[in-house]
Amino acid sequence: MRHALREAIAAVRRAPVLTGLSAAMVGLALTVVALFALAAFNLRVSLQAVEERIEVVAYLQDGTRPQEIAIARQVLAGLPEVAEVLYIGKDEALARAHRDLPELGELFGDGTVNPLPASLEVRLRDGFRSEETVAQVAAVADDYPFVEDVAYGREWVDKLFTLRRVAAFSTAVLGGAFAAVAALIIGTALRIAIFARRDEIYIMRLVGARNGFIRRPFLVEGGMAGMVGGAFALLLTWGTYRVVEAFLFQLSWMPASWAAAVVAAGATFGVLSSAVAVWRYLREV
Amino acid sequence: MIQLTGVSKEYPKRGPALSDVTLHVRKGEFVFLTGHSGSGKSTTLKLVHMAQRPTGGEVLVCGYSSAKLRESEVWKVRRKVGCVFQDFRLLPGRTALENVAFALEVTGRRPSTIVPLAQRLLAQVGLAPKTSALVHELSGGEQQRVAIARALANEPFVLLADEPTGNLDERATRGVMELFWEINARGMAVVMATHDLELVRTYLHARVIEIDQGRLVFDSASTKEAATA
Repeated sequence: MRHALREAIAAVRRAPVLTGLSAAMVGLALTVVALFALAAFNLRVSLQAVEERIEVVAYLQDGTRPQEIAIARQVLAGLPEVAEVLYIGKDEALARAHRDLPELGELFGDGTVNPLPASLEVRLRDGFRSEETVAQVAAVADDYPFVEDVAYGREWVDKLFTLRRVAAFSTAVLGGAFAAVAALIIGTALRIAIFARRDEIYIMRLVGARNGFIRRPFLVEGGMAGMVGGAFALLLTWGTYRVVEAFLFQLSWMPASWAAAVVAAGATFGVLSSAVAVWRYLREV
Repeated sequence: MIQLTGVSKEYPKRGPALSDVTLHVRKGEFVFLTGHSGSGKSTTLKLVHMAQRPTGGEVLVCGYSSAKLRESEVWKVRRKVGCVFQDFRLLPGRTALENVAFALEVTGRRPSTIVPLAQRLLAQVGLAPKTSALVHELSGGEQQRVAIARALANEPFVLLADEPTGNLDERATRGVMELFWEINARGMAVVMATHDLELVRTYLHARVIEIDQGRLVFDSASTKEAATA
């Protein structure tokens, strides 16, 4: 392994331009993948933020007794899908309406008459906000005779989940396509670098070097070029992220594990592409 | 040591290159493999160092059979067989010493022994003063000597030379041929492919095998055996 590392470093020193070019090609190819990952991550964050706002609101009839409300709260809070149940009294509902919808202030008058009903706001746990769960919780709330109406924006929830499915599917398909294109470009770049050193491979094989011994320095070199390319891709993506955030709109930077995956993908593509290219030359001599 | 038995080689597009060739090269022999361009000389050498496999028959080199040896084990044959070519096939941008040392390094010699051994090999081929010269600074004859030193790195049993004097002038050719004979005198077999019949006639005591259109048409060893019988 020491020989492989030494030879790989020596090869980079002997042909720095070629190695630099292949690392740059790897970097540019991975930049497309990393930018896509950044977009996919932000889409996911946005959808998650919207999803977190999904809740079931049960509007109560005027005159519902506090004991009935307490029982309903207890039963709903006991459901495994439910995180918490908040009681919003008529006065609080009116205060909220004044605060959130000031343009409708006149409609609510001076506050002597309160047309708004009390309600139970049912917040759901993470991972329990599917269409089915929301409908089930709504049905439980609706069963109480003192519940006048249950609202959870059925159409809106349906659309949100359709959007999430479309996003997941297109992320998988487009991400796969981008990764495949990047793999082809990286493969070609490293094949060119290895083609330039085919004489070395030929001579090594001619004088009796073992295949593993021949292969190792190229794999190390491919891995190094891939890793440098991956880091370069991250740098370009970071630059793009900063520009977008400064001049266009707010974005979230991808998690560290995703960034590490971009560099790891570069190294993996580098090693695999080099392995394929060397394997071809080893067969020819 | 080298045994070809009923060997044929057919290329998918070019057709047959060798047909039913049987020959035996013994330890310490000096063999000229002659014939026109495209007669099958180079193919024979490629089969011996197992760069290619025969489509028929068997090639046996120092006990390794072309029929049994796996691709991943070809290195075992390569360490028993040294090769030199018309175009030298040296690594450009490296010195004579680095070219020889490269062969020693990639075959797993101990790092501390590589440079002294490479220097000794270059001294053997008469290039002691040029060890640090870059390949392009050397003449054709000198480059071929570096290639010979490299081929000797693994102390092979046989040296295969494919038209080694094809790119050399008369003086350099004489020098390289003298070197081959010196190597042969130390007990190493030499198999040299050449189409230069003038050169072959200069060394009458060597064994001569002629190949024509892929068939072995003359072997001086058989002629001698027949004459003795």
